[in-house]
Amino acid sequence: MNSILSIRELTKSFPVRRGVFRRTVGHVRAVDSVDLDLAPGESFALVGESGSGKTTLARCVVRLIEPTSGSVEFRGENLLELSAEVLRRRRRHFQIIFQDPYGSLNPRMRVERILAEPLEVHDLVPASGRKRRVHELLDTVGLSAEAAGRYPHEFSGGQRQRVGIARALATEPELLIADEPVSALDVSVRAQIINLLAELQQRLGLTMMLIAHDLAVVEQITDRCGVLYLGRLVELGPTRGLFERPQHPYTVSLLSAVPLPDPHRTTERIVLSGEPPSPSDPPGGCAFHPRCPIARERCSSDRPALTEVAPGHRVACHFAGELQLGQNASPDASGTFSSSDRSIQ
Amino acid sequence: MPRLLTVDGLTISFPIDGKDVPVVREVSFAVDRGEFVGLVGESGCGKSVSALAVLRLVPEPGRIAGGSIRLDDQELLTLPGDAMRRVRGARIGMVFQEPMTSLNPVFTIGFQIGESLRVHQKLSRRAAREAAIGLLDRVAIPSPGQRVDDYPHQLSGGQRQRAMIAMALACGPDLLIADEPTTALDVTVQAQILELLDRLRDELGLAVLLITHDLAVVAETCDRALVMYAGRIVEESSVERLFEAPSHPYTRGLLGAVPLLGRPAPRGGLPTIPGRVPDAASLPEGCAFHPRCAEVMEICSRELPAAYALGSDHRASCFLHAPDQGDRS
Repeated sequence: MNSILSIRELTKSFPVRRGVFRRTVGHVRAVDSVDLDLAPGESFALVGESGSGKTTLARCVVRLIEPTSGSVEFRGENLLELSAEVLRRRRRHFQIIFQDPYGSLNPRMRVERILAEPLEVHDLVPASGRKRRVHELLDTVGLSAEAAGRYPHEFSGGQRQRVGIARALATEPELLIADEPVSALDVSVRAQIINLLAELQQRLGLTMMLIAHDLAVVEQITDRCGVLYLGRLVELGPTRGLFERPQHPYTVSLLSAVPLPDPHRTTERIVLSGEPPSPSDPPGGCAFHPRCPIARERCSSDRPALTEVAPGHRVACHFAGELQLGQNASPDASGTFSSSDRSIQ
Repeated sequence: MPRLLTVDGLTISFPIDGKDVPVVREVSFAVDRGEFVGLVGESGCGKSVSALAVLRLVPEPGRIAGGSIRLDDQELLTLPGDAMRRVRGARIGMVFQEPMTSLNPVFTIGFQIGESLRVHQKLSRRAAREAAIGLLDRVAIPSPGQRVDDYPHQLSGGQRQRAMIAMALACGPDLLIADEPTTALDVTVQAQILELLDRLRDELGLAVLLITHDLAVVAETCDRALVMYAGRIVEESSVERLFEAPSHPYTRGLLGAVPLLGRPAPRGGLPTIPGRVPDAASLPEGCAFHPRCAEVMEICSRELPAAYALGSDHRASCFLHAPDQGDRS
């Protein structure tokens, strides 16, 4: 694959310190030997529950967190070997949108300053043209030019997230990382931002890495996705195929746990017992085995590798495909779930 | 059988810039014994403060400006302070969104669960501890005999929420008010907690008033749903009817705007509700939803719609459903 981003054996471990002298007593492997390739222009999602390492992984890619080992090649260049100065210059090509639009915009800057700053830092647009470029960016994200003179607190959450998106787009990046961009927003505003991201990704030909825990959002706007559990990729494949025929028991349980606005739902739900174990003391073998409904002896000793089960669809499970989504939730030929008495206009 | 909880014309106001601004306006609803009722809306619609009002815990400087709240036939709003305290915990339990902030970090969970038993039922420390172990077992916390001496930080998020539910259940309340009980939890853990609530209803005949922003959670757990917008209930219905025939344009918009697992909308084509939730201090005239409504009529900006009946158990506050709509618009 001709990839724009190529991640190899990326690992990040944090020291666990205890006691008065903050002695290191162990390590938490937040990201554990992840391999991942993104093709130019594709829209990719990293899915997982809290503590799965999805945010850490995304931040390691752009070196907001320094990874412990591995490599991250962006357009053929290993980002982890770059000097701070070169990295800073490269950053214009990959930008990030944060979850909390309140926390990530400087409250003392007008929107105009917020959007002009990246242009200045990377010396992209001469001072005379900056104002016009700021207005262009505001227009791109559906805000009026009048927004330029206002402060972040004067906006609603959705509008503030639009400002965050405009700032990320200011440097015309090729890779856009969106870390839970709609989780903090109200339901009625969420759809607006989801649509905006999907439209921008297509129109500007961006490569997008979306970090999300909301599976319906992922299904809505991405082509491919990867499922993380305790820092490990357990399943990777085309979003559609993966959602219709999940092969890893964790993915199956995750999908079956999502509540549906359907009071007549008949799908058998797989309720997992327990919660994700701490990454400081991951179980041996397959990290999911203590909660897995189909775990066998082998799972506690052998760590399964990502293995291809269908074109482009890889799963790390010794018994991939054995656990299926409930009968009524299995997709019919048209690709929609067959519990069709959902009648929502 | 009498209704368990009856809320009638509840109005709650907060002083904003020196003016008394109602954030909940003439809200009426009821909860029967053993019934699961979902109160749904976006942030700021007044759903949480309405629930707090039932316990008379509206945070200062807000106040209940009018209406009536009855538990069985007893009016709660005029109850003296100590009688009200007996209602809280003993008759109505409450579970909050973020268990870490509502549990006291310096006491064991066993102590905190037993507290209401010591206060309300005058149990001894030892008896309260025993009861706490039984409650932890009831909410399916593994090895409750050891967990009872744990501090909140030693529990996982899901277990903390179970402990909160155990605490709310300690005195055997008839009604549990759960304010976004699963919002801070992961989906697999959310599924466990919702299943627990459902089981408790079967075992204890518990009624639950569930406050949530998530329509899907309501669909999966509730019998009836109340949809709130800008301080008013705009639609009320059995859950089946609500999802089969949503009748208020806001409810329809909300259902459309939520991406559905297994039913993705065409690319970039997720229907949206334009604009945003209005400020309580500057609500639009007439129906508060009219500036965002796709089916707005002339009358909507002038008059407030009544709750029009659409069946025995379905009402919507929208002029589209007014019987004499033709004459008025």
